[in-house]
Amino acid sequence: MKMLLSGNEAVARGAWEGGVLVSAAYPGTPSTEILENLAKYEEVRAEWSPNEKVAFEVALGAAIGGARATVSMKHVGLNVAADPLMSSAYSGINAGFLIISADDPGMHSSQNEQDNRILAKFAKIPVLEPSDSQEAHDFAKIGFRISEEFDTPVLLRLTTRISHTKCIVEVGEREKVEVKPYNKAVHKYILVPAHARKRHVAVEERLERLREFAEKTDLNRIEWGNPDIGIVTSGIAYQYAKEVMPEASFLKLGFSWPTPIDLVKKFSSQVKKLYVVEELEPFIEDALRAAGLEVTGKEVVPRINELSPRRVRVAFTGKELPHPEPEDVVSRPPVLCPGCPHIGIYWALRRLRATVMGDIGCYTLGFQEPLSAMDTCLEMGFSISGAHGLEKAQGKKFARKLVATIGDSTFLHSGMTGLMDIVYNKGTSTVVILDNRTTAMTGHQDHPATGKTAKGEPTKAIDFKELAHAIGVEKVFEIDPHNLKMTRKVLKEAMELDEPTVVIAKRPCVLLKEERKRLQAKPKKKIIPEKCKGETCRNCLTIGCSAIYWKDGKAWINPLLCVGCDLCQQLCPFGAIVEDVKDEN
Amino acid sequence: MKTKNIIISGVGGQGIILASELLSLAAMEAGFDVKKSEVHGMSQRGGSVVSNVRFGEKVYSPLIEEGTADVILSFEKLETLRWIHFLNPQSGVCIVNDLEIIPVQVSQGKGEYPGDIMERLKKKASRVYLIDGVKYALQAGNPRTANTVLLGALSNFLPIEPEIWEETIKKRVPPKTIEANLKAFWLGRDLFKD
Ligand SMILES: Cc1ncc(C[n+]2csc(CCOP(=O)(O)OP(=O)(O)O)c2C)c(N)n1
Ligand code: SF4
Ligand code: SF4
Repeated sequence: MKMLLSGNEAVARGAWEGGVLVSAAYPGTPSTEILENLAKYEEVRAEWSPNEKVAFEVALGAAIGGARATVSMKHVGLNVAADPLMSSAYSGINAGFLIISADDPGMHSSQNEQDNRILAKFAKIPVLEPSDSQEAHDFAKIGFRISEEFDTPVLLRLTTRISHTKCIVEVGEREKVEVKPYNKAVHKYILVPAHARKRHVAVEERLERLREFAEKTDLNRIEWGNPDIGIVTSGIAYQYAKEVMPEASFLKLGFSWPTPIDLVKKFSSQVKKLYVVEELEPFIEDALRAAGLEVTGKEVVPRINELSPRRVRVAFTGKELPHPEPEDVVSRPPVLCPGCPHIGIYWALRRLRATVMGDIGCYTLGFQEPLSAMDTCLEMGFSISGAHGLEKAQGKKFARKLVATIGDSTFLHSGMTGLMDIVYNKGTSTVVILDNRTTAMTGHQDHPATGKTAKGEPTKAIDFKELAHAIGVEKVFEIDPHNLKMTRKVLKEAMELDEPTVVIAKRPCVLLKEERKRLQAKPKKKIIPEKCKGETCRNCLTIGCSAIYWKDGKAWINPLLCVGCDLCQQLCPFGAIVEDVKDEN
Repeated sequence: MKTKNIIISGVGGQGIILASELLSLAAMEAGFDVKKSEVHGMSQRGGSVVSNVRFGEKVYSPLIEEGTADVILSFEKLETLRWIHFLNPQSGVCIVNDLEIIPVQVSQGKGEYPGDIMERLKKKASRVYLIDGVKYALQAGNPRTANTVLLGALSNFLPIEPEIWEETIKKRVPPKTIEANLKAFWLGRDLFKD
């Protein structure tokens, strides 16, 4: 049967066909849909974990426990899971274990563009690089077999353009794979130094056997063409190179680490000039150079940013195709939704002139004008521990204006331990948990405080207030961030206290189903032009609601975008903003 | 047949992903190899969104190269201009929805929404069509079928039979809206019946 599937859907389908039983993940673009799709298969025990380290360990535990398992995450997630990654390479597995990493060349929605093939090499495990959805599907199945044959975790490395490109895929049926018995094997699974020393020897031997496998597997294939140009390539770069240089000879590596050096040598001996075309780091290129091969790679193929047909064409021919000049167009960056619960907090923090250590999520957009209330956003969790460090550097007086803002999902991911640290080490910063009842940024996934599992089943929900108390925070405030006056007052009070404080801002994301329904029933707002004082006021513009626009010197509300939240109404000193009640006649 | 390259552009929330899905499924149904690529994530919060659809005998790159798009189908005027350098300078066609969505910068009074978009497009493309999608969608009986009107217009430039489009629409849109969508498709398609 043929289906039109994205790379992520195809991986999920392939893993399902390959008999996966346990899948765990933490959301992150571009990887999120892998678990969302796995969760749709009845047979798969699919779970959202609080973070990638936990997800990795759940899947590893399942693999050691005899079930085929996957863990999926965005590239930076593997940094969080780096500890179990390194150990799992030594412990080996029992049933097939796939680590699915979706890298983000071009940083469409990420803070860096690290190349996780390097992490796999560092951990000494093999790398599979699909170049379209069909291969994503096939490699997931084959990955389980390689994993079991060599007793190793396998990294399946996707990139944004693989994950989010839909292609036609020939799919199959689910294989019957029995859960293997769990066998205690202390020499493998207890990595005390005496065992680990022996395991390191086994890992090196395994790498050598994997390289021999790479020389023979049909995951690596030669496509002969013009012998003047020989291109070694992998992943999406293969597609761009084929598009631009269809007549060249290709060595396409689906199994790129350990690199099949003998195969490359054979290929290279039959072409005049050898190129490597790969996205991001010179990963294959370095391996070839280390083997003494003469290649052209990153001198011509850019290392920064994602590749494209144009960039590959320029690398080979020095020219672009003729095309119209690009137009200079005002940008349209993403913005907070009208009525977003995060708006009120940033509006208040700006007025309080706070130093705000932000974090990653929809609420990162609070750094943009006109809210402009954020100083930092580096990686998940930095808001809280970073704020504590800043307080240690600048002192308690500085901390009276110091706030960490963190989303509910991000707090559970890696904020809790930072809060413990503030309490333990006598910090006094204020932590604001933006509890919008979801992981909004990545498309609204559940998490341990929403009361629902990845399979949609009801479950226990963490209570942030009790949690903060249990950690040792005595002053915990709960507010509705849509009440601007109260929000400002409570934040001010919390910041002034000379002790750790937590403010929980509770209001659901406006895109959640229930909330949407509730808002649809509410009247929208409109502005009475005669009452609007125009330039002398501009108060309602300070929340940056994208439903409000400025025209002919006055403010107006777009009824198609307004959700009727009333934030703007609270700010208009002239009563110009009113309910837009439909005239029944 | 040379691979067909279609860019569909607009603003997050306008239904670009569903429109490009319909196009891709129709192309697949017509027996072509298909790839469609778009970036999710940040772009969804009212940011600009673009989808690349390519189909033909065998498609390698999912991304369209600058200067090679056969059609830019845009659900918003400014978003046509943003991708104009992808259009084939000789033969490319622009189909533009007659709709302006003001970017936040502009609504905040910083920067202006250009008033000369059509003139600028016409300088760079030989064939530019401005279509009031909502007007025809209302005629079809559902204002939310504007995208289907535009797909109907697009279908005139592609080697996919109308029956295949009809089948695809029936399979993919919410059952209650099938009738309006089919009407919308034909209203769009017939705009080019000389
Ligand atoms: C290590 C890591 N994993 C995953 C992500 C992707 N990611 C960014 S923010 C975020 C969570 C956002 O949820 P929340 O904190 O609840 O804020 P919201 O978007 O709901 O406002 C995720 C999963 C990331 N940037 N880094
Ligand atoms: S999706 Fe939800 S949290 Fe994100 S900007 Fe919109 S309302 Fe705010
Ligand atoms: S009520 Fe005001 S602030 Fe709320 S969505 Fe409507 S225009 Fe925006």
